[in-house]
Amino acid sequence: MSASGTNVAGGAAGDVTDGYEMVIGLEVHCQLKTRTKLFSAASAQFGDAPNANTDAVCLGLPGALPVLNRHAILLATRASIGLECTVHDVSVFARKHYFYPDLPKGYQISQFDRPLATSGRVVIGTNTDGSEKVIGITRVHVEEDAGKSVHDRFAGFSAIDLNRAGTPLIEIVSEPDLRSAADAGLYLRALKQIIEYTEVSDASMEEGSLRVDVNISARPVGQVAFGTRTEIKNLNSFSGVERSIEIEFARQCGVLRAGGVIEQRTMLWDGHKGEVRPARAKEGSHDYRYFPEPDLPPLVLDAAWIQEQRDALVELPAAKRARFVSQYGLSNHDVDQLTATVILADRFEQVAKAGGDAKRAANWMLGTVLAAVNVRGGDVTSHPVSPQRLGALITLEVEGAVSNTAAKQIFAMLETEDAEPRALAEREGLLQVSDDGALVQWIDEVLAELPEEAARFLAGEKKLQGVLVGAVMKKSKGSADPKKVNQLLGKLPDTQ
Amino acid sequence: MAALARLGLADDRVQSLVGELNGILEHMDVLQQVDIGGASLDPDATHGMRMRDDVPNPIVLSRAREEFAPSMRDGFFLVPRLATHGTAESADDEGDE
Amino acid sequence: MSDSLLLSRSVAEVAADIASGRLPRDAALDASLAVMESANAGPGGLNAVLWSDAEGARAGVAALTLNPEQRLAGIAVAVKDNIATRTMPTTCGSKILEGYVSPFEATVIARLRAAGAVIPMKTNMDEFAMGSSTENSAYGVTRHPMDHTRVPGGSSGGSAAVVAAGVTRIALGSETGGSVRQPAAFCGIVGVKPTYGRVSRHGLVAFASSLDQVGVFGTTVDDAALGLQVIAGVDPLDSTTLDVPVADYRAARGATGDQPLAGVVIGRPVEYFPESLDPRMRALLDRSADHLRALGAEVRDVSLPHTSLAIPVYYIVAPAEASSNLARFDGVRYGLRVEGDGLRGMYEATRSQGFGPEVTRRILLGTYVLSAGYYDAYYKRAMAVRRLIADDFTKVFAGGVHVLLTPTTPSTAFVAGSRSDPYEMYMSDIFTATANLAGVPAMSQPIGRIDGLPVGGQLLASHFDEATMFRVGYALERALGTEAHT
Repeated sequence: MSASGTNVAGGAAGDVTDGYEMVIGLEVHCQLKTRTKLFSAASAQFGDAPNANTDAVCLGLPGALPVLNRHAILLATRASIGLECTVHDVSVFARKHYFYPDLPKGYQISQFDRPLATSGRVVIGTNTDGSEKVIGITRVHVEEDAGKSVHDRFAGFSAIDLNRAGTPLIEIVSEPDLRSAADAGLYLRALKQIIEYTEVSDASMEEGSLRVDVNISARPVGQVAFGTRTEIKNLNSFSGVERSIEIEFARQCGVLRAGGVIEQRTMLWDGHKGEVRPARAKEGSHDYRYFPEPDLPPLVLDAAWIQEQRDALVELPAAKRARFVSQYGLSNHDVDQLTATVILADRFEQVAKAGGDAKRAANWMLGTVLAAVNVRGGDVTSHPVSPQRLGALITLEVEGAVSNTAAKQIFAMLETEDAEPRALAEREGLLQVSDDGALVQWIDEVLAELPEEAARFLAGEKKLQGVLVGAVMKKSKGSADPKKVNQLLGKLPDTQ
Repeated sequence: MAALARLGLADDRVQSLVGELNGILEHMDVLQQVDIGGASLDPDATHGMRMRDDVPNPIVLSRAREEFAPSMRDGFFLVPRLATHGTAESADDEGDE
Repeated sequence: MSDSLLLSRSVAEVAADIASGRLPRDAALDASLAVMESANAGPGGLNAVLWSDAEGARAGVAALTLNPEQRLAGIAVAVKDNIATRTMPTTCGSKILEGYVSPFEATVIARLRAAGAVIPMKTNMDEFAMGSSTENSAYGVTRHPMDHTRVPGGSSGGSAAVVAAGVTRIALGSETGGSVRQPAAFCGIVGVKPTYGRVSRHGLVAFASSLDQVGVFGTTVDDAALGLQVIAGVDPLDSTTLDVPVADYRAARGATGDQPLAGVVIGRPVEYFPESLDPRMRALLDRSADHLRALGAEVRDVSLPHTSLAIPVYYIVAPAEASSNLARFDGVRYGLRVEGDGLRGMYEATRSQGFGPEVTRRILLGTYVLSAGYYDAYYKRAMAVRRLIADDFTKVFAGGVHVLLTPTTPSTAFVAGSRSDPYEMYMSDIFTATANLAGVPAMSQPIGRIDGLPVGGQLLASHFDEATMFRVGYALERALGTEAHT
């Protein structure tokens, strides 16, 4: 199933792309969150001294053999299920050969024709006709990462750090179903969210735990056959992915339009210059001489175990969004924001349950709480106002005992004091005053304090009502019932 | 093939090797005549793979890497400088300069 | 004292005496080092020993906490130079690992040491185990102890020569296509290849991963069985080892009575007795078969129809895996580094200077058969035919046969330098490579002489049935007595 969509003519490209359609497939590598490496029990931790986390297996010392990390397979299986793939009970590791100093054995242990999982899908949005926009996943396979090389530290040398060599990756290959840079961005964001929900990887492009390679070709609109594709590597942000797609598509269209032929080659993204340019000279594909890894028997997974993982899978973003809309009656916009991460969604649900009002809970979470977390640092689960206390505050609001303004003040106090909302409201005199007598008194005081505004308002300038209401709220330290104040004030001009 | 295997053979050596290898390969042609019949090419999954717990337990090295590494500095392995846009694919071009 | 110590009693008995204190703890080691001297086993002489560490071995013996559980207490074991040890280099007979001392030791070494053994020497071998004569080492050829003009066989020729010369009673070698059995046959000693997956390869420098196994040489069947007993067993560090209990390989050593092999069925595969087999070799095999019959075994002809395909299959599969396993030797992290023109130049200079001609030949062959366009026709096809070869064995063993009897090699030890055509050299593996391809255990033991040179008879059994193989071996050895060496 392919995504529908019009071909995108990037603003800068103008009409060179008219009449052409881009075809995109993405290969995404995610670093799995394990303590140790895929085939070596050395630590997979990031940031340690160079080559500190290398043992005989990672260094490719003669005689060292690979031993598979069970947790990596669990995470890979979970990710595959999250991507709606068929997880195979038998899969095979294979050696992929090439020479490079950050590849200690001269081959990478990966999977070739018998990968862990195949035939998945990701929903990235809806089409104009309301149907789901679905991108197919060809396969998910498990492989080990290579090390890192640094070129500028020692003059004349490249410095190799093998700490990362051997850490576990999954490679997620999409079908060539994408037809625009924007869709590629949507796909990546949806994929990343699923990966985060399933807690398989940190999936951060900036940190390097998520890497993207783009396969892109162009064809005249209406043509069924795919054009020759190029591959774009060295991407380090989602925006870089989108921009590089636009640029390379325009280039390819330019070549085709001029009657030229696209050469199959690897291109590199230069984020500083915003350019896509060919990797040095060589073209053609590499002969990786794949063959089944003789040091590892086939990976056999028990069907019952796979089913257990399916059953235990966290509620995925799409399902959670749908449930929030139907269960809480929230808007798509709010739901999208609330389900951005699992912890936010969970917290919201706790608050909604404690406070008994989902709409208010949503407003609080997306407004005040997120802003507070932003300032404090940490995440929503480390915020000092528990779901129970926030729920109690919301209950006060719903009862009409405090106004929203007062509630915000109480919230600020809850952040620093270990007290309950009602007690704080009482102590600070924030309990909403709806008694006409008290309100009228405050209104009279305000009218006296702001004679000019008062006069103009009473003469008919309705828009000054807000100013006066605000002054009453201030005078009452937020405890006045704003609805009532508005009511009372509103009547005044007519009585003149 | 020699390039693929990074063997750096001198041209005259290549010639004689080609002769030797062709001779050897001729003997292998007999395999083409074999009737594979029902020989299954599926992986033998009778013994599944044993897996290990995700607990740090590296194979302890009794000597520091510096003792057996040809060239190390500040904990890094040093090699002749690569092109700055180091991807594995572009490494094929090393040595063309 | 040293001679009677080494030859008249089994290693097990000597170890028991050392463990109990009846013998001085360094008795066996002293004897071994003395013979190493007198037999001139090192460079300049047999050139079977590449590196030795007498001091370390003495210290090892001194540090032993002796107890009866240590089945190899104080016993000196020689180890082929492709098995990682921490105290001496592991060069694999190659320049590319000259001076390389492994920072970790092989599982088999750890198990030997846990059993009380000491390792005073590393032995010569064909470079990276590729060869059948130990003429392909970067550190010189090894000579046959009985005839210095001849080869001891290979690739574990150094270990075989060391045992044949009486330097140690037990030695470790490695097998990929016959590299323990063939030199055992040439040198007149016992050589065992275990079932694939029986012994850990952690620390064995890989040549062809799906074929490699550590093998054991012994002066007698019992010595070899004891050696295997100590090192066998599943290893979490090697995913290809299988969790099958290790039987008592020495159970049948004392079997007396006049029909110790009653009920045992021995098969003679017709394909291993071609018309072209040297009639004197055939006669020795016949004599062995007669002995086995006299001991109560039934001997019948069987067929392993795909035998003739073993060499072509082996010489596609092994070099393919070797070309992959040797890709790690690039001068970056360990071993030889030769500077060249940039990174690629370094790789090529290092590998062209570090690898000898046979290794180079096989890497090229291996790279070719794995390359795009040829993978299906060569490697994949060879692996399919390999299944057929393995199935031949399965069918025969399922048909009621317990052990197979064959010659180990088509000839006795040949003269050094006489096999110049590579394919001719490859043909020496013709009777041994099938066991590696099928993964079945196999053993060569001396069954006689031709023109004074030792001849080996080979026993093969079904997967993980080393115990029956040894049972027949013990009985045959006892029955042959001194005939085995005349």
